[in-house]
Amino acid sequence: MSKLHSALRRDQVFDFLAPDIPPDLDLTRGMILYLEGITVSFDGFKAIDDLNLYIENGELRCIIGPNGAGKTTMMDIITGKTRPDSGSAWFGQNINLLKMDEPEIAEAGIGRKFQKPTVFESHSLTENLELAMAGDKRIWKVLTSELHSEQQDRIHEVLKIIGLAEQYKEFAGSLSHGQKQWLEIGMLLMQNPKLLLVDEPAAGMTHQEMDRTAELLTSLAGDHSVVVVEHDMDFVRSIAGKVTVLHQGSVLAEGTMDEVQNDKRVIEVYLGE
Amino acid sequence: MLMLSILTLAAVLIPIGNIVVPESSGFHVSTYTMTLLGKYLCYALLAVAVDLVWGYLGILSLGHGAFFALGGYSMGMYLMRQIGDRGVYGHPLLPDFMVFLNWEKLPWFWHGFDSFWFAMLMVVLVPGLLALIFGWFAFRSRVTGVYLSIMTQAMTYALLLAFFRNEMGFGGNNGLTDFKDILGFPLQADTTRVGLFIASAVALGFGYLSCLYITRSRLGRLCRAIRDQEDRTRFIGYRVENAKLWIFTFSAMLAGIAGALYVPQVGIINPGEFAPLVSIEIIIWVAVGGRATLYGAVAGALMVNYSKSFLTAAMPDAWLFALGALFVLVTLLLPRGVVGLFTRKQ
Repeated sequence: MSKLHSALRRDQVFDFLAPDIPPDLDLTRGMILYLEGITVSFDGFKAIDDLNLYIENGELRCIIGPNGAGKTTMMDIITGKTRPDSGSAWFGQNINLLKMDEPEIAEAGIGRKFQKPTVFESHSLTENLELAMAGDKRIWKVLTSELHSEQQDRIHEVLKIIGLAEQYKEFAGSLSHGQKQWLEIGMLLMQNPKLLLVDEPAAGMTHQEMDRTAELLTSLAGDHSVVVVEHDMDFVRSIAGKVTVLHQGSVLAEGTMDEVQNDKRVIEVYLGE
Repeated sequence: MLMLSILTLAAVLIPIGNIVVPESSGFHVSTYTMTLLGKYLCYALLAVAVDLVWGYLGILSLGHGAFFALGGYSMGMYLMRQIGDRGVYGHPLLPDFMVFLNWEKLPWFWHGFDSFWFAMLMVVLVPGLLALIFGWFAFRSRVTGVYLSIMTQAMTYALLLAFFRNEMGFGGNNGLTDFKDILGFPLQADTTRVGLFIASAVALGFGYLSCLYITRSRLGRLCRAIRDQEDRTRFIGYRVENAKLWIFTFSAMLAGIAGALYVPQVGIINPGEFAPLVSIEIIIWVAVGGRATLYGAVAGALMVNYSKSFLTAAMPDAWLFALGALFVLVTLLLPRGVVGLFTRKQ
């Protein structure tokens, strides 16, 4: 009877109707990402094996490791694409990433750039950024919303940051490989993320493009936390404060580039090959 | 806009040509021609609905004929109930086929269809609900590409088999026919035909405009983004499954409206409309006209169906070969369809 009574109360909604809003990001401890004891296996192969990784707020972290070390799988776990078999993943103090799906995680403030540049090729640069813009992404809102001037300014600002302000009208498909990478980083910025996961930003870039990318990522750190997965050692050296070496799905070493390069185990598995 | 002007012009001139212009004049439009054109307009609306999900959202639906047929059946049920006691058996309540099957009562799902507005509601609700349920399962589990196409095909085939059965209560393989009048107007009268033609043109205009509104909104840009890079849209925070679900459902409703206007003009609806081949033909109309342009879908539907009417009369055996050849040639030579010939590549 009391159950029925509480179900009929008019001053509150049923639990399943209440919107499931994740709590605001809590960064009181200065840490933005906690991965603890994460294990994932695909058909018996352990892609990630008891991985522990902590990212500080505002940090620029590089993650290196040989092919198959689990770098991309790790990103898949953080962004909700893959569910780990065990372990925990927290965004700030209070957001449990393992209970959320991709759009929710994106909404909470994690942006991801793919290994292969993925932009909307049949849209103009402006439209690419417009779609990525933070805001209400429910279908009805998307149908009726228009760009207002503040948002246009923001798009213009991001176009300037990524150095593509002049091409704003062009189709993303007509950009060069490196420019697409920048556009994708620009799309991340439009999302207003707190944490950016950037998978191989320098792949297929010329040296000049690489330098600009390094500059761009370094300038983003501070306001955002940036995690970069990269193969190119020169590139990593040019940007990194702290480097984490992954090997066979777990952390092998962590420290500055010099420390890591002089680590015997690292030389053995990776740098010395 | 050109498309809408032509449509408006047709909706005004053709009825005038039928009613006002005397039969002796060269500008007289026969009722047969007008009804044929009205039928094409329904097809065009169906093509627009398919273009919305295929051209813009990348969902190759090989089952849109099912939504068209369900809309048609809803209208057919209303028209059957309108017959009243004028059927062959003269039963005041039961349609002929039920009397023939020795049924004593009207099945529960036939109730309410004596009301025009209830039937019109069902015209959009039944296809919409089917699309909603189908889409909810399919899109949530992220079925895409050819697998989704096969599922849509299976859906329409399952409905085909079900509607063939007499026990279903929709007239079995004969379907619903022998319609007498709609809203009290006799279906054979020229003026009723004019009304249906104009209604078809208005429905096409409405469908075209609403699709245009969707495709030009941010949601339209999102749809094309989903078509091109589904993962990317998910990682920037869009619920891809919801976008697909609502667009798919809306498209199914448009297809239902097209079916409802088609049935009184051709005078019959039978399970043949559920045949997978019918749904594949719709895809051909859109491909021939040009995907992701909307007006291309309209042009494709009109062109292919006109050639069909012409060829099936002139050389009945050649039609299917012509259709197949058309599809192959368009795919190979005109990937952007016939309208692609007239628009510059972006």
